[in-house]
Amino acid sequence: MPVARTSAIALIGLRGEVVDIEADLAAGVPSFNLIGLPDAALGEARERVRSATANSGCELPNRRFTINLSPAALPKHGSGFDLGIALAMLAAAGTASAESVARVVHIGELGLDGRLRSVPGVLPAVLAARRAGCATVMVPEEAGDEAELVDGIRVVRVPSLRAAAIWHGAAIEAAEECSEAPANRAAAAAEEPPPADLADVIGNEEAVQALVVAAAGGHHLFLLGPPGAGKTMLATRLPGILPPLDAEAAIECASVRSLSGLPVASLPTRPPFEAPHHTASAPAIVGGGSGIIRPGAIARAANGILFLDESPEFSRVALDALRQPLESGIITVQRANATATFPAGIQLVLAANPCPCGRLGERECTCTPMARRRYLGRLSGPLLDRVDLQLTLRRITASGLRAAGERSGRLTSAVAAARVAAARALASERLRDTPWRRNAEVPGPWLRERAHRLPRSATAALDRALERGAVTMRGYDRVLRVAWSIADLEGRPSPGGAEVGQALGYRTAVAA
Amino acid sequence: MARHIDLGRRGEGLAADYLTSAGHRVLDRNWRCPRGELDLVTLDRGEVVAVEVKTRTSLALGHPFEAIDRRKLERVYRLGWDWCAAHGMAAARLRVDAVAVITASGRRPVIEHLEGVR
Repeated sequence: MPVARTSAIALIGLRGEVVDIEADLAAGVPSFNLIGLPDAALGEARERVRSATANSGCELPNRRFTINLSPAALPKHGSGFDLGIALAMLAAAGTASAESVARVVHIGELGLDGRLRSVPGVLPAVLAARRAGCATVMVPEEAGDEAELVDGIRVVRVPSLRAAAIWHGAAIEAAEECSEAPANRAAAAAEEPPPADLADVIGNEEAVQALVVAAAGGHHLFLLGPPGAGKTMLATRLPGILPPLDAEAAIECASVRSLSGLPVASLPTRPPFEAPHHTASAPAIVGGGSGIIRPGAIARAANGILFLDESPEFSRVALDALRQPLESGIITVQRANATATFPAGIQLVLAANPCPCGRLGERECTCTPMARRRYLGRLSGPLLDRVDLQLTLRRITASGLRAAGERSGRLTSAVAAARVAAARALASERLRDTPWRRNAEVPGPWLRERAHRLPRSATAALDRALERGAVTMRGYDRVLRVAWSIADLEGRPSPGGAEVGQALGYRTAVAA
Repeated sequence: MARHIDLGRRGEGLAADYLTSAGHRVLDRNWRCPRGELDLVTLDRGEVVAVEVKTRTSLALGHPFEAIDRRKLERVYRLGWDWCAAHGMAAARLRVDAVAVITASGRRPVIEHLEGVR
């Protein structure tokens, strides 16, 4: 069999395409040519494959091998093609069954001793294989759990090239498998600790209520307050009260994790929480990188929360890069050789001090008026425009601490989560015939059209605020959206004057 | 004579016998010119063949073919034309073959032959 073929998957972002690996064995002095746009890591497959086959007891003939990866125009990255290349060569040499090798998609990096290692992005690759109609996929043992998260495709897990060749019918001896188990990356992930409970928050009842409203409607949240007021504390409580991820979102989250090289052993149920440091660059936030396009913080936070603490300290470029993904729910990263698309349906939580020194409104502030203005001015209007809830937090006082009472009397995450779930159910029932699922996604005109318009008695306070110029038209719509979320939480069919009033109160941080 | 040269001579002899049995007619052996040396020159099905022979006693240092690189083949090819010119052979086609001879002591030599490697 001079030409043998098999398949592997090339990933561009989360999208995977099936790549045919053809191995041609010709009479000629020994050489090994790899063609079809390989990058540097893939080009090194040559050396890994040669050593791995020799050390697995299935030496390749000393002839001329040509390996072609097609479609040739598609850029291919990384070491995940090693297994496919090695098996196509063994099939061409007649060591393994060519029919068997041709039917299976192979993913895995080879060690020089022939053991198989996992590569980033096994999960999206297996998903792509299933979408392409492939029936069987062979993955490294350590990535087996991850690959088996995908239904409807047979997963074969093998620890080494030797085991893979034997599975494909090679008549070689099964050896004592690698004495030491490959470092199990999945085990390192272990159980993540349960999220912190809402009941830990002392005082700030109003802020806790606002957090529940944000969770119910999926509203973006802006927290303004001095250091120690509990901004970070509140933000980290948000994942615990959001509804668990549905199947599709869980697969999406796990795929992004896998692509980032993080271990994935089971499907996540809790929404992700990403808190990049404020020195993060724009590519770190949106995704990018040379060669391989990696997901950024936004993609890792998709279907969950992106928390930007000290948000005015972020570079303006990084902050403004958030605007387009907030609008469209997806993020497209363009590079000269490829375009990758990642999910970006995030709930944004911004936190900021009232001024650079952080003492404004509490103690003597040492900032100049200019510095103060410039500080919050860095959060551009278009970004804050997309944030429905804007809260001012205050430090807790001694009397507040005493008045807070026992922990048992406070709202717990479990109770809050149940209320949020009930409110989401109400909202999705109301939005059944629309493309939107949460109140935060509903555009203003829909809220103001005849069928959903609120009675004048309910919007009186809001109308007055508009009249006075205290809110803009955009702000008006945002108040309506938040009011609907409050109504959903209270189980009311539509918001009344009290709900609109409360929503109007959630706009105290920055004038809009 | 040094051992490796002796070994080479023996390999070339074995290769010549092998090629003859495969239908080649040996035209020249160890032909030298200022630009280098050809191990064997044969005639096969109307083609002049410049043959590079590599001989080893074991595979400990790799297969003999692995020692033949592209540069070596280019040189053999050019020498092939030089040989044709020197012998007035207006060959229409010139081919380069490689022969590997593995002669472990006490065992029958193993000969591998690759046609048209350049």
